[in-house]
Amino acid sequence: MTIRTAIVRRPLDIAALMAELHDSANGATLAFLGHVRDVNDGRAVTGIEYTAYGEMAERELASIASDAATATGVTDVIIEHRLGVLALGEASIAIVTAHAHRDAAYAASRFVIEEVKKRLPVWKREHYADGSREWVNAHGVATREPA
Amino acid sequence: MTVTALLFASYAEAFGSDRVELALRSGTTVREAVDALRAMPGGAGLPGSPLVAVNLQYATADQRLASGDELAIIPPVAGG
Repeated sequence: MTIRTAIVRRPLDIAALMAELHDSANGATLAFLGHVRDVNDGRAVTGIEYTAYGEMAERELASIASDAATATGVTDVIIEHRLGVLALGEASIAIVTAHAHRDAAYAASRFVIEEVKKRLPVWKREHYADGSREWVNAHGVATREPA
Repeated sequence: MTVTALLFASYAEAFGSDRVELALRSGTTVREAVDALRAMPGGAGLPGSPLVAVNLQYATADQRLASGDELAIIPPVAGG
């Protein structure tokens, strides 16, 4: 059983994470990557800056992985979330789940991303093609900064 | 007593700082501490009932604070 989580400031290496969970007992290994998308809410995006309440984010991410194992019975979970300025197409989160059978792997992967969206204290500021920047909430809507 | 309020993202920008030391009477609740922050310059943009954490754990508005506590005001999270 492998449960590992990390908040990192380097590119995410999905192949390495999948290799970390390679085990002949696992009939299913599932990888999820969240990427920086080029358009949000109709505006051209050039990059996203991720920040976090670091110490709490590390605790919450570990808690989410543990909760995923409890809720779904999955045996192996790795979650890495990246911080810093990410360019288009770069991955901000990697979730790898593995289990003897696929159902638990799928359920755990979905559980993790939904919990991350609810409770991981991480924020993102989108950088737009017109040079402006705005903080964005979990629903993808930019919030105008208070005057 | 003194409580350290931590601010992030748009909230930190509004305050011009990522932390504020609050001098509060003993037994102050999270809600009262948030009200104190909202009355400060830059605080008008804080919601009345923001998501908060005390000493790294999500907390409720009714929780009482102790001297030395770290009160984080959590903007809408946007990880993933």
